[in-house]
Amino acid sequence: MTLWACIDGVGLLGPGIRDWQHGAQILRGEIPYAAATTVLPQPERLPSAERRRTGTSVRLALAVGLEATTNAAADPAVLPAVFTSSGGDGANCHEICQVLAGSERALSPTRFHNSVHNAASGYWGIATGATPASTALCAYDASFGAGLLEALLQVQVEGTSVLLVAYDANYPEPMFAQRPIPDAFGVALVLSPAAGPATLARLTVASSRAPAERMSQPALEGLRSAIPAARSLPLLARLAQRATPGVVIDYLEPTNLALSIEPCR
Amino acid sequence: MQPLALTSFTATSCLGSGLDATLAALRARRTGLAPCNFETVTLDAHVGEVPGVDAVSLPADLHTYDCRNNRLAHLALAQDGFSDAVRRCAASLGSARVGVFLGTSTSGILETELAYRRRDPASGALPADFRYRGAHNTFSLAAFVRAALQLAGPAAVISSACSSSAKVFASARRAIEADLIDAAVVGGVDSLCLTTLYGFHSLQLVSRQPCRPFDAARDGISIGEAAAFALLERRDAGEPLVELVGTGESSDAYHMSSPHPQGRGARAAMLEALRSAALAPAAIDYINFHGTGTPSNDESEACAVAAVLGSEVPGSSTKGATGHTLGAAGALEAVICALALRHEFMPGGVNTATVDPALKVNYLRENVPARLRRVMSNSFGFGGSNCSLIFAQPGRTL
Repeated sequence: MTLWACIDGVGLLGPGIRDWQHGAQILRGEIPYAAATTVLPQPERLPSAERRRTGTSVRLALAVGLEATTNAAADPAVLPAVFTSSGGDGANCHEICQVLAGSERALSPTRFHNSVHNAASGYWGIATGATPASTALCAYDASFGAGLLEALLQVQVEGTSVLLVAYDANYPEPMFAQRPIPDAFGVALVLSPAAGPATLARLTVASSRAPAERMSQPALEGLRSAIPAARSLPLLARLAQRATPGVVIDYLEPTNLALSIEPCR
Repeated sequence: MQPLALTSFTATSCLGSGLDATLAALRARRTGLAPCNFETVTLDAHVGEVPGVDAVSLPADLHTYDCRNNRLAHLALAQDGFSDAVRRCAASLGSARVGVFLGTSTSGILETELAYRRRDPASGALPADFRYRGAHNTFSLAAFVRAALQLAGPAAVISSACSSSAKVFASARRAIEADLIDAAVVGGVDSLCLTTLYGFHSLQLVSRQPCRPFDAARDGISIGEAAAFALLERRDAGEPLVELVGTGESSDAYHMSSPHPQGRGARAAMLEALRSAALAPAAIDYINFHGTGTPSNDESEACAVAAVLGSEVPGSSTKGATGHTLGAAGALEAVICALALRHEFMPGGVNTATVDPALKVNYLRENVPARLRRVMSNSFGFGGSNCSLIFAQPGRTL
């Protein structure tokens, strides 16, 4: 099995990482990584009523999705999308469980509709007018790999460009103790079936039994190992460095994904 | 698309465990909905509860996955020789060549809801027996099924609310077509929990009566639970019982919890399913509506169906019998479509007394014998997520 696609645009946001350009400088070693809390922009493209209803994970997904489509000069309204997250909106989930453990059980309708795992996909459609297929996946710690496979399969089988958005946000206590994701991290890729003016690299993916590569900087390795969406960091490092050696990233026991990257510009 | 064979399938819902019980209930036009007596829930509603789920025990080595959702999955996997069929398939193809693509909306969240009642009074911590990964996490369903069936291929849970387990057919189809895998276990499992019961109630979308899809007096859904599975293989593998011949997915881009009033996304999903099957609208002999029984869903869907398939094609919603099984609905209704094709009848919708004259569809209230060739199933969810599937008699020229 090999799957491939052209990477036309990247979006990135995480602890101490402002955007793809900033992240690429860090990953090339041009500037040092400085740990800091993830700063989320307001989802300006949403109508104000919807904007007020969004939490961390939706804002994160929208921010990286828009950055990737802007960098790829792609129209988000016509792109099928694959959203993948290991846990969705943890803060919202905590509030719901807290209300349901009380005596009144008066759940807010907004909390309930925000609880669906495809909330980011739904708000993305409202924000961008995107009407093609959009999906919402989860594969626990393998969520990035599962999303990458789903997106590549759509590129290959449907012959269309696809937006992949992988994102994870932290739970508050007491869930944090059970699932200690330290902070919000999101990455988005615009993947296409043919090279175009925006294409950064050609990506080929095969299954592998080799172990996943670790990040050489301990702080970045800390992110990679603690946040499922950050399992993408070794791939992003190759892209930023325009380097050709293959890299293995985490997928699902007993299989990892061997990626090869050929830079295009 | 290349048609794919369903070589084994099964369903467990409030109609019963396995295909015989499901078929008998559909033939008898029986509803499985009953006044809600679930857990400590005090809502005035009917639910479709599967009896005996709490008594199911998972195999000892899979205890880490214990939760109502996975118990329901385990109960369903044991019916109709489904697990054996998957094991035979994996033995011949290799376990890494069989994928697992399953839908759920709430996974094992009931365990978390219950654990929040047992937080440590001083620290607020969850009880020590709480298992996030095995019970709460959305992927827990696919992890459990993959482990129970000893499969090693790609796996994912699709969680797009009420379209989840329809969309798994499309994802599995692509994975087989691209030769990532040769076969896939697809399906959906959703189980009763307080989040959905109180959540849909907060949106005023729950009927006090058993739901009445497409009725002039319809006033909301009844929530059900179900587990349904199918084994998808290439057409030349084994004996196809039914074939998957078309899939279509779309997004409303309209509202988080209301469908587009004219069914824009529903229309796009049905048209895409027809396009992928290379079929004209007239080729569809029966449609299993999403048909939740809310005023806005049924109106929007009727509008879309009339626009794409016309007003004559016979259709029904089986949610009056099963309740709305949310993330399991797509797979459950795919199995009902397969039963309709195999047993040559169109199941009439139950509970519906007077079909809403404003809905321009041919809604069946009685079972009708019919040698069906191709049937469509619709599934639409919160966030404007739509999926339509087309199933056909095997081997017929499309």
